[in-house]
Amino acid sequence: MSLIATALDLILSGDAILLDIIALSLRVTLSAVAIGCMIGLPIGAGLAMARFAGRGVVIVLVNALMGLPPVVAGLLIYLLLSRSGPLGPLDLLFSPTAMILAQTVLILPIVIALTRSVVEDLWGEYEEQLRSLNTSKLRAIPTLLWDGRFSLLTGVLAGFGRASAEVGAVLIVGGNIAGHTRTMTTAITLETSRGNLALAVALGMVLMTVTLALNAAAYGAGQWGRRIAG
Amino acid sequence: MQILQILATASTLALMPAFAAAPGHITVASTTSTEQSGLFDYVLPIFEAESGIEVRVVAQGTGQALETGRRGDADVVFVHARALEEDFVAEGYGVERLDVMYNDFVLVGPGDDPADLAGADFAADAMAAIAQAQLAFTSRGDDSGTHVKERTLWEAAGLIPEGAWYRETGSGMGPTLNTASQMNAHTLTDRSTWLSFENRGDLEIVFEGDPELFNPYGVILVSPDRHAHVEAEGGQAFIDWLISQEGQAAIADYEIDGEQLFFPNADDGS
Repeated sequence: MSLIATALDLILSGDAILLDIIALSLRVTLSAVAIGCMIGLPIGAGLAMARFAGRGVVIVLVNALMGLPPVVAGLLIYLLLSRSGPLGPLDLLFSPTAMILAQTVLILPIVIALTRSVVEDLWGEYEEQLRSLNTSKLRAIPTLLWDGRFSLLTGVLAGFGRASAEVGAVLIVGGNIAGHTRTMTTAITLETSRGNLALAVALGMVLMTVTLALNAAAYGAGQWGRRIAG
Repeated sequence: MQILQILATASTLALMPAFAAAPGHITVASTTSTEQSGLFDYVLPIFEAESGIEVRVVAQGTGQALETGRRGDADVVFVHARALEEDFVAEGYGVERLDVMYNDFVLVGPGDDPADLAGADFAADAMAAIAQAQLAFTSRGDDSGTHVKERTLWEAAGLIPEGAWYRETGSGMGPTLNTASQMNAHTLTDRSTWLSFENRGDLEIVFEGDPELFNPYGVILVSPDRHAHVEAEGGQAFIDWLISQEGQAAIADYEIDGEQLFFPNADDGS
């Protein structure tokens, strides 16, 4: 009961620090989802339609990368962005940009793998039709992506879920700096280690509420789109 | 197409402010104990208001914090493992180690104190009593300053802890205390983390006060000779403030439930 009360208090109080943390979490994760889609959708579709030696290996690799531990992704980005690493001069470590990069690495395999699977099915269905219209494979990609948009939305949401739930990567590359790189999940980790379990659970409930609202919005938009599209 | 446009705009907006990170900030690699104690939340706003320099604290174990400094990813390190700090300076990664403050370690365990640790004369004797009775003990096991101190105490007691009663958590002080409170086990903790820790269960301080348990904190500017990009000016300003009368007073003023957590000692000389 006190947990729920703490959580409600936290949400209803409109605490400025909490709002900043929520805003940063959303900014980082949504940016990563956007970048992941911009790169992942075309690559996934290409992978679905292209035929080349080693294609099977690439598909297995991408599928396996869906299971990449966030802490490993974080460590790789850390070594890349560290002042002693190859991209050190950019001075990006312990910044929101570094966190976006790390989460993009986590999201990308999910978007590529699910896009590949959706587009491959659609291509099987429409191949003859598109060929008879003399459409090249490359030009068919936007059509297929558009046609599969509702199924693809699930993949995008899965990517969002993976990124918004992870703590290992953002903790390493962001550093959980108060007011600068502290997100919902790193704040939950900090409060847990402080033994402040009520606040940690309350923050967790806030995170779930935000995730729920986003998924509801996506579902609603999908239903609405389907109705419009007939 | 519209979707792509929105996506592109969104990601540009998201990236822009991060790339335009303004100067006027320094990065301090410090320990989980100082962060979790709430000390920084108390003293940093005072320094920031005065100097206009934003201090970004990355809280890690002492070993990791020194590694962050070595790689040039922080401007200042603020940690508590003196021997490791002196190595850091000797290897040329740090300019100079300065005393800032100290607190102490305490041994916590079940309040009924079955092995009568409270009656022990020295910390090593208390540790030996725990091992003798095979009472549950959780260890950090993470090469942190606290873990280093714990190993020193086992060595002083002349024994190697092993067996089902000895559990390494491989995590920070908070998670280790959470585990200890669930298992009703003993553990070594710095006093500041203990005072700010809320999930104590039946645990209480069962041994304290041995000079062996002294826990000094040092501050070091990462060498600009080694890493040219270090914000030496801002970092030095922060260090100067910490060891100034005002900074020392701010540290001494920080209390939880009326109990002072850290004792300034910058003037002691070293």
